[in-house]
Amino acid sequence: MDILNFLDAMHGAVAQGIIWSIMTLGVYITFRVLDFPDLTVDGSFATGAAVSAMLVGNHGMNPFLALAAALLAGMVCGFVTGFLTAKMKIPGILAGILTMTALYSINIRIMGMQAMIPLNGANTVDIVIRHAIHGISPKNSQILLGVIVAAIIIAFLYWFFGTELGCSIRATGSNPYMVRSLGVNTDTTTIIALVLSNGLVALSGGIFAQVQGSATVDIGIGTIVIGLASVIIGEVVLGKHTGFLPRLICMVIGSIIYRAIISLVLFLGLPSTDMKLLTAIIIAIALFFPTLKKGIQQRRGYHQAVNTAETNGKE
Amino acid sequence: MLELSHVCKTFNPGTVNEKQALRDISLRLEPGDFITVIGGNGAGKSTLLNLIAGVYPCDGGTITVDNEDVTHLPEYKRANFLGRVFQDPMRGTAGDMNIEENLAMAYRRGKPRTLRWGITKEERTLYHDKLAKLGLGLEERMTNKVGLLSGGQRQALTLLMATLQRPKLLLLDEHTAALDPKTAETVLQHTNEIIGGEHLTALMVTHNMHHAIQYGNRIIMMNDGQVLFDISGEEKKGLKVEDLLERFQTAQGKELDNDRMLLN
Ligand SMILES: Nc1ncnc2c1ncn2[C@@H]1O[C@H](COP(=O)(O)OP(=O)(O)OP(=O)(O)O)[C@@H](O)[C@H]1O
Ligand SMILES: [Mg+2]
Repeated sequence: MDILNFLDAMHGAVAQGIIWSIMTLGVYITFRVLDFPDLTVDGSFATGAAVSAMLVGNHGMNPFLALAAALLAGMVCGFVTGFLTAKMKIPGILAGILTMTALYSINIRIMGMQAMIPLNGANTVDIVIRHAIHGISPKNSQILLGVIVAAIIIAFLYWFFGTELGCSIRATGSNPYMVRSLGVNTDTTTIIALVLSNGLVALSGGIFAQVQGSATVDIGIGTIVIGLASVIIGEVVLGKHTGFLPRLICMVIGSIIYRAIISLVLFLGLPSTDMKLLTAIIIAIALFFPTLKKGIQQRRGYHQAVNTAETNGKE
Repeated sequence: MLELSHVCKTFNPGTVNEKQALRDISLRLEPGDFITVIGGNGAGKSTLLNLIAGVYPCDGGTITVDNEDVTHLPEYKRANFLGRVFQDPMRGTAGDMNIEENLAMAYRRGKPRTLRWGITKEERTLYHDKLAKLGLGLEERMTNKVGLLSGGQRQALTLLMATLQRPKLLLLDEHTAALDPKTAETVLQHTNEIIGGEHLTALMVTHNMHHAIQYGNRIIMMNDGQVLFDISGEEKKGLKVEDLLERFQTAQGKELDNDRMLLN
């Protein structure tokens, strides 16, 4: 009985984790590739949710088209932060906070001045899937949807960051001076990365709103922290692998593990309001992990191992 | 080819930290000039190179390259005709990317970045050959992260990157200062070979007077934001360190004392 409940909770965690992993991939682009702590995501996740819920719930739009609209809305959010920081030279963190704050008001406007849009009986993406595949459970339909979308995005990102433009974005994150001296406008690369990142975050928000059956104004609160936690957990899983493809896949795995940890704790009876505290603790532990590993290796006196850990840390 | 006329730069104007780094500099480079630039700390050598590269704007004066006014062009656009190597080995390469990716970035200097693949097969062969010429074994490590290379290796790579697309002008700001003497000599050798072999126009800042005399066809001494003297041709060829010191004394009315200026 208990074990069945537990498995059910974990099943749900996988479904949630995959859907949120699209957001994690977005956060990965700014946090790791561009080396830019972008706080816009709390706002753009909610924007994606609001746009998608509004179009599906109140306008009866095709749920997939609504997701495309959510993606575009998120890209606009990213552009605003990019413009504030790259063109108006507002410090990155502040630019993100400004956009995020402004989006709170804008999101309520998108939602027709309401705090919540319910999607009872609306034609959402998971319902479309359940119609198409007979007998598939709600959770499995979410997993299927999440896997398909995440796979498409990973394939896209893998291609994109291998192109000339993608390489110059990666180089901007690594060494902006060098990139400028090689003729790349770092303002442009910064904006493109933020546009791409927030588009994915909003897409994730749009899917999440549809599958959970509502969008609320506070749906995006804490998104950035969840994203960071998932990125960091994903990197711990990644370990020494250096390829870009495994790295992206580990972002999805990180998101699932994060959800599993949260579900486990909820399952053990902690109130859901403790989740933020727990997330902060997870991030702290995950960030401490490389240092801890290095410490243990040093004590064992493996000089070579220490060097690898150092190079891993630099990546 | 490069012409600076009445260029000046003041940092932090109107504050207690106001610093006039360049005072009314006029300078003309002929195609093929290899100019070494010497001068004490704070003389304005880096500022001069940064102004040419567009790192920050001039307060006054104009900069033209091949009769095109570039005074107001942003840094990334001036990169189309400039190759640069910096004093800090970290500065000229992306440590998180591998050697061939860094070269591929440099290979596209002056070209738009499109959605074409960031590095092609033919390029790899080209990079392999070019790296082999450096004689540092880097051609066998093309997929290694640049962050794993030593300072000297990074500088040699940056030099190769700066000249991969032929620049109209090569700017070298003490690019061997952070290296040990032996590596510095090697990198300087490469520099000289590349500049000579490809007939590049170059400005090389150095703190080593011997290097300044040994290399190039023209030497400029800067002090306090001004050009003290400019020696070229036959006179440059026969120059000795003592001559430079004497010239400084005559121009400045005082003796040159500078710890970082290498006399021996
Ligand atoms: N970004 C800056 N802001 C303020 N002052 C600056 C800046 N860059 C240079 N300066 C000042 O301008 C003067 C000239 O500096 P510059 O770096 O050009 O000297 P330099 O000849 O390259 O010296 P060094 O041999 O030490 O490299 C110095 O007094 C320096 O303190
Ligand atoms: Mg300097």
